[in-house]
Amino acid sequence: MIIGNHKESYASDEAIFRTPATRAWMGIAAVAALVFPFVAGDYLLYLANLMAVLALGALGLNILIGFTGQISLGHAAFMGVGAYATAILASRFGLPFWISIPAGGALATGAGMVVGAPSLRIKGLYLAIATLSAQVIFEWIFTNWTSVTGGIRGLNVAPASIAGFRLDTDERIYFLIVGVTVVHFLLATNLRRSRWGRAFVAVRDRDVAAEIVGVNLFRTKILAFMVSSYYAGIAGGLWVYFTKVVTPETFPLSLSIQFLAIVIVGGLGSIKGTVYGTVFMTLVPELLKAGTGLARVVWPTAQSYLFPLRDVVFGLLIVVFLIFEPHGLAEVWNRVKRFFSLWPFEK
Amino acid sequence: MTRRAVIGALRITRIHAPRNQHGKERMTGRPVGESEDRDILSVEGLSLSFGGLAALTLVDLSVRAGSVTGIIGPNGAGKTSLLNCISGFYRPQRGRVTFDGKDVTRVAPDRRAGLGIGRTFQNVALFEGMSVLDNVKLGAHTRLSSGILSTMAFTPSARREELRLREEVENEVLDFLEIEHLRHRTVGSLAYGLQKRVDLARALAMRPRILLLDEPVAGMNEEETEDMARFILDVREERGVTIVLIEHDMGVVMDLCDRIAVLSFGERIALGSPDEIRRDPEVIRAYLGEEAA
Amino acid sequence: MSEGLVHLLQLLVSGVVTGGIYALVAMGFVVVYKATRVINFATGEFMMLGAFFAWTAMSAVQAPFVVALLVAVAASALLGMATERLVLRPLLGQRTISVIMVTIGLAAIFKGLAQIAWSGDYRSYPAIFPRAPIELGPILLPSRQFYPFLIAVGAIALVGLGFRFTRTGVAMRATADDQMAAFGMGIDIRRIFSLSWSLAAMTAAVAGIVVGIIGGISPQLGAIGLRTFPVVILGGLDSIGGALVGGVIIGVLENLAGGYVDPLLDGASLKEVVPFVVLVFTLMVRPYGLFGTREVERL
Repeated sequence: MIIGNHKESYASDEAIFRTPATRAWMGIAAVAALVFPFVAGDYLLYLANLMAVLALGALGLNILIGFTGQISLGHAAFMGVGAYATAILASRFGLPFWISIPAGGALATGAGMVVGAPSLRIKGLYLAIATLSAQVIFEWIFTNWTSVTGGIRGLNVAPASIAGFRLDTDERIYFLIVGVTVVHFLLATNLRRSRWGRAFVAVRDRDVAAEIVGVNLFRTKILAFMVSSYYAGIAGGLWVYFTKVVTPETFPLSLSIQFLAIVIVGGLGSIKGTVYGTVFMTLVPELLKAGTGLARVVWPTAQSYLFPLRDVVFGLLIVVFLIFEPHGLAEVWNRVKRFFSLWPFEK
Repeated sequence: MTRRAVIGALRITRIHAPRNQHGKERMTGRPVGESEDRDILSVEGLSLSFGGLAALTLVDLSVRAGSVTGIIGPNGAGKTSLLNCISGFYRPQRGRVTFDGKDVTRVAPDRRAGLGIGRTFQNVALFEGMSVLDNVKLGAHTRLSSGILSTMAFTPSARREELRLREEVENEVLDFLEIEHLRHRTVGSLAYGLQKRVDLARALAMRPRILLLDEPVAGMNEEETEDMARFILDVREERGVTIVLIEHDMGVVMDLCDRIAVLSFGERIALGSPDEIRRDPEVIRAYLGEEAA
Repeated sequence: MSEGLVHLLQLLVSGVVTGGIYALVAMGFVVVYKATRVINFATGEFMMLGAFFAWTAMSAVQAPFVVALLVAVAASALLGMATERLVLRPLLGQRTISVIMVTIGLAAIFKGLAQIAWSGDYRSYPAIFPRAPIELGPILLPSRQFYPFLIAVGAIALVGLGFRFTRTGVAMRATADDQMAAFGMGIDIRRIFSLSWSLAAMTAAVAGIVVGIIGGISPQLGAIGLRTFPVVILGGLDSIGGALVGGVIIGVLENLAGGYVDPLLDGASLKEVVPFVVLVFTLMVRPYGLFGTREVERL
């Protein structure tokens, strides 16, 4: 039970991991993450990589929606921009991953800047629809600009390699993907507690007041768009080296919606929540798959209902969370923590 | 005008003398920084209308550095609109706003904040999802210089800036307004009176040269009102911040202000010392007359 | 008449037909937005369910088309009402993102349920209309476009006139103009919200049947809902007349792009994106659309 945690200095009160307990847990998590690929099976490893990429992308969207309150229905398109840029640089120009991935991130940042530019004039529903158009238009470009993107057949990419060491298995690429993702989560945590993070949230809560207090709305909103699409772009780059292929149907509107669902279920504006949301929204369909697999024994056609059932459960989760748990899993987790920090003295 | 304001006009509000702040050197007499014989803000021939409906008509107002200027008038007289023109949220169709000798009529609101025009809001426009500390820190936004990349990487210089800000905000603002124990509370969960205090705290963190207060004591009980009045005077006395305030509580206005401007239907009908305003026949007619019946 | 001119006329006519259908779908969006300020991302799925309801009535109990249409419309009205009551009302006054997402969630649920109930196969209605194509001077219009178009026009007229002249319609418009004032006048706002959703669902059901007649019915039918956004934005989110004009403009533009530009492109179809390019352009130049109400911001 934690009775209180008294801070000796402002510096310790401003630190990311504020209590010894948090620091201890983080240490344990770090060790677990390092050991994981050596003990986990192929399937778990695949899921871990998948979730790390999704979490990184979702974090970008959470910075945009959760921090600044700007709605985007085109997040997958930015991931696509990053992925295509990375794939083209790697396959056509033979650039190594440590150039092609950041370059993909940079290009996605530029795309975010262009799409975010009208965000000063249009907001809310209108911005949602503007980004939806961006999604449709980018998807169209991925499909039809065949000379550059390879059209529907897409592009194949050789595995990432560094100093002759090829990251060609899920186990090896795991370190790249998870490493990059963890670093970006720390960057976002820093961002949140800095002047820009505060400005982002201020714009969300009350843009007019923020402006009068000294926040330049246009610069702040567009910065949020840029950071957000940068994250998506990097996630796209990692995706390329994870699957070694990129096609237009990798980044459809439904992926944008998947990101949105992760952010809502995890907790709008919560960095930790993004992780919970990603894990939850990835594992639930996997569990459904396992469940229908088992049900086949008594109900032979169960598996044919798997895909529609996934849709139903996906939709239900969104609706149920929005109505009953609008602050998402992050808030659920806080409640659980509060309960146990006082238990058994209080209920 | 509301009944409450009339009652307020009759009530004599007692104001504490400025207190000594933690043994810090107390400034008395002439406020620091600004000299009193110079206008820090002037509004000339300001006209504002919304789709043909005049909110302000040819309003003139000059504010001496280091003074407390009150703006009063019946509801809908254009008081908040005038403040909005000064802080930049509204663009007047005609006229000029000069701050510290510089024409700021066309300057964007956030740049005006950077120049030193601070402001609080009638219905506390705080950032509800943020902690008290973050709200106050945000007030210092224009005074910080870290770029987004260095804050993400939390470079030594970004870290230093952040810690310096924390210390400054704690000492200069939270402590001063006696809200340091609330620093980690979410603003949305605070009582109204405290929210108004946080609103002032945020404005103070801007280190403004002029502070525009829109009904700083509205909705407060007597004790909270006295506290707020004391804070306002302290801000002027100790920091030499010029103050312009809109208020319906006549007791507060008469006690705090050196000069009072009276607006009625968008026109400035009087300007003078509290005593002059109290005696001004036109003010009595336009302002109190209708309620006297 | 020259061949080029006939080609142009043909494109214009099919553009107007497409536009009429877009306009009907757009109306479903507008009715809900006008009253409740919500954009219903599940509009397409309401269409799809309406189409399936009618199909079930026709194939399971051999109901005549008109009866099936009425059954589908009635069932959709109930569904719309239930949706408003169970899903939208608890979120009244919530952030825009929540309201958008909840309708997106609904869309996923409806799509999944439809696939479970009717499978993912394509279905089509039994023959309803005379097969002979309609001759409009030199232009031939396939019967399965012409008759659905007539239904769409009829439904648009019905909704438009109802909005204008019935008591409930007036109450809906009053609520859209000023919720507080309408409330003060004794209008039951919750009833208006409920009615708006059921009216929108009914409109969507007719639109779904129209689309189903033209292109077959499947759980994917709702995709057209998404393609209607450019129409709604161009016309103005809260304007019924705008939906009509926007529908025709987008429909014609799309067909012209398909007729003149697509043959020049190597396999790509400009027709698919043109509406969205128009959408982006609209948002930049005139976000509230041709006939929408401009919203003023206050401090």
